[in-house]
Amino acid sequence: MRQNAKRAFDPGKPLEMQKQAYKKMVKKVSPKPPVIRNSIWAFAVGGFICAVGQAFLTLFQGLGLSTLDAGTATAIVLVFIAAFLTGLGLYDEIARFAGAGTIVPITGFANAMVAPALEGRTEGIVMGVGARLFSVAGPILVLGITAAWLVGILYYFLGPRTP
Amino acid sequence: MIFLKAFVVGGLICVAVQILMDRTNFKVTPGHVLVGLVTAGVVLSAVGAYEPFVKFAGAGATVPLSGFGHILAQGAIKGVQSGGLLGAFNGAVAAAAGGITAAVVFGYFAALLFKPKG
Repeated sequence: MRQNAKRAFDPGKPLEMQKQAYKKMVKKVSPKPPVIRNSIWAFAVGGFICAVGQAFLTLFQGLGLSTLDAGTATAIVLVFIAAFLTGLGLYDEIARFAGAGTIVPITGFANAMVAPALEGRTEGIVMGVGARLFSVAGPILVLGITAAWLVGILYYFLGPRTP
Repeated sequence: MIFLKAFVVGGLICVAVQILMDRTNFKVTPGHVLVGLVTAGVVLSAVGAYEPFVKFAGAGATVPLSGFGHILAQGAIKGVQSGGLLGAFNGAVAAAAGGITAAVVFGYFAALLFKPKG
């Protein structure tokens, strides 16, 4: 092992070449992800979460909510379920298999808030839990709100004129 | 039928992201995925591509986090239509307020009530 490492990082070689040799070695050693199996899991679980969302969406529309309000209500229900399952530790169990299938839906957003917050309990319920809730959600809101604000500004200056 | 569409379209978005995570050399964390989806949703919504997508796929388009970006962008545009420049500041977050509040409140309670595992 040690000899191998010595050969890969010949100190006589320039630094750039050593870096590339290292990258090659890491690529060789690190296990290849089972892409097909991961994709099937992601499809099945992600699709299932969206189908559950559709069930709530249809239900709320049937109760007389507008499409927009039904969408908000669906998001609230899904976020509640995901926060609950994350608290029980179940969401992360599913996520080990489902990968992107559990990250992409809005349930993944809720999971990304609760999971770090649970770890923050030792640091207190204000600066621990309160701050960690936004360790992943913060960047999402910053980028999302900034992009949407920019859209609004562009629309104001370049959009169709209202008489 | 709409259930099948939601399942297939939502599932396909997840597969695309999964392949992106597995097959690229970048270290793509869940945070990066979610930020990318929201931003993509905002851009697609702004150019008018997301609304037809929602009409086609229902929850398959709204449940992935790109749907959150769509709500933000449409909120900003509607805000400008009704409130001018001020609406660009008000509209986006106002439209997404329900989801954001749910995530904060339920997330906070879940983190307080449950014990971390391990």
